[in-house]
Amino acid sequence: MIVTLEVNGEPCAAEVAGFESLLWVLRERLGLTGAKDACLQGECGSCSVLLDGEVVCACLVLAADAEGARVTTVEGLAGGSEGELHLVQQAFVDAGAVQCGFCTPGLIVAAAHLLETRPGAGDAEVREALSGNLCRCTGYGAILRAVARAQSQATQGGAP
Amino acid sequence: MHIERPEGLDEALAALAADPHATLLAGGTDLMVEVNLTHRRPASVVALRRVPELREWDERMIGAGVSWARMESGPVTGLAQLARTVGSPQIRAVGTLGGNLGTASPAGDALPWLAALDAEVVLASDRGRRRLAWDEFLLGPKRTARQPGELIVGVQLPEALPPHQAFAKVGVRQAMVIATVNCCVVRDADGATRVALGAVGPTVRRARRAEALVSGTVRPSAAVLDRFEALVREEIAPIDDHRASAAYRRHAAGVLARRTLERCWS
Ligand SMILES: Cc1cc2nc3c(=O)[nH]c(=O)nc-3n(C[C@H](O)[C@H](O)[C@H](O)COP(=O)(O)OP(=O)(O)OC[C@H]3O[C@@H](n4cnc5c(N)ncnc54)[C@H](O)[C@@H]3O)c2cc1C
Ligand code: FES
Ligand code: FES
Repeated sequence: MIVTLEVNGEPCAAEVAGFESLLWVLRERLGLTGAKDACLQGECGSCSVLLDGEVVCACLVLAADAEGARVTTVEGLAGGSEGELHLVQQAFVDAGAVQCGFCTPGLIVAAAHLLETRPGAGDAEVREALSGNLCRCTGYGAILRAVARAQSQATQGGAP
Repeated sequence: MHIERPEGLDEALAALAADPHATLLAGGTDLMVEVNLTHRRPASVVALRRVPELREWDERMIGAGVSWARMESGPVTGLAQLARTVGSPQIRAVGTLGGNLGTASPAGDALPWLAALDAEVVLASDRGRRRLAWDEFLLGPKRTARQPGELIVGVQLPEALPPHQAFAKVGVRQAMVIATVNCCVVRDADGATRVALGAVGPTVRRARRAEALVSGTVRPSAAVLDRFEALVREEIAPIDDHRASAAYRRHAAGVLARRTLERCWS
């Protein structure tokens, strides 16, 4: 069947078979390999995308049920043609919050959403907001510093 | 695979009447795990997330399509407490009350609250509606009284919600964890107390002798609480599985029920 979606602001139609997940369709049919394919059971968050403005695990979304949805992947966060990184992406680079990088796209989607919906989130709220994204490398310290950096840039326009 | 994406309740019921064995899909947080990992392949799906009636929530009824995220920020203490413990923000954004009931896992976190409230499950088909008490609906691990052609519309709550409600859960870590034991205690203004525990038997169960012991207006003494704990342990039937041993569950259930009860007094 054909499923029509808006992905990163572009309308698109994807041929979808049976039980494919949104994650599969994004990666294998639309070539958007930012969202990662890891546990396929909602545990790791590396497949996080925005679906109609909410952070979800794309591996748990039946593609056929995403008809008409608005999807934003990590690829859609960076700014248009100039290729400028999103504030959160830049903060991850600056804070050295990336090791193997497998968890990074999902964390960036979740952190960018947090920054947009609750810009003044405190430490506990940040940890809670990222609790669905597992990282096996960093121990999370650098990730939390990256989010703090992005938060202070978003609110004060300067690095901490 | 065939999929129907009804945009209203009548349309959903008509789709189910035409295909009574279709698999219902809400947030997908249980169903898609089965699809991905156990390669479950339903022949047809009726997707419910576009049905506005299922997302309604008023004093007496919570729609099956209400998400954990809404329960978490909603006005009902016990429900908000338990919703906070479910999965992760990603799971809570889409997972629903109806899906928790539909799955009927012995560890489902909404179930002890529904049992403690003596809530009813409202089912509908194109032939009409029926209401089942929670213990008529939940029949066993992953078994419910839902008939082909029916869907869960929501849960019907008692006229007055208990002023004291507390929920607690034990698991192997804080975030994103299926309960090893979960527990809800509610206490009415007149002191009537109800205690329900999950993951300690084939379905959620009430500890009725323990309830009788602590119902009333007198705050239980330490000796009464000891007896309460012991009764809770006698009234459950936990098993050994990959999450915990029966002995651990029995121990934890007593401790958890006692703490949860004490929170209803503070
Ligand atoms: C990573 C992860 C963590 C989780 N953590 C928890 C947790 O902490 N506590 C917990 O209790 N659960 C947890 N779950 C399980 C799951 O999220 C919940 O059971 C959730 O409530 C399911 O809702 P859903 O809308 O996603 O259901 P779906 O997956 O869409 O459906 C689940 C079942 O219910 C049926 N169903 C759905 N809606 C209806 C309806 N209206 N009428 C009749 N049948 C219906 C479906 O056919 C299916 O059989 C977790 C799951 C994951 C993947
Ligand atoms: S791949 Fe989706 S949560 Fe792990
Ligand atoms: S950087 Fe390797 S999993 Fe996070």
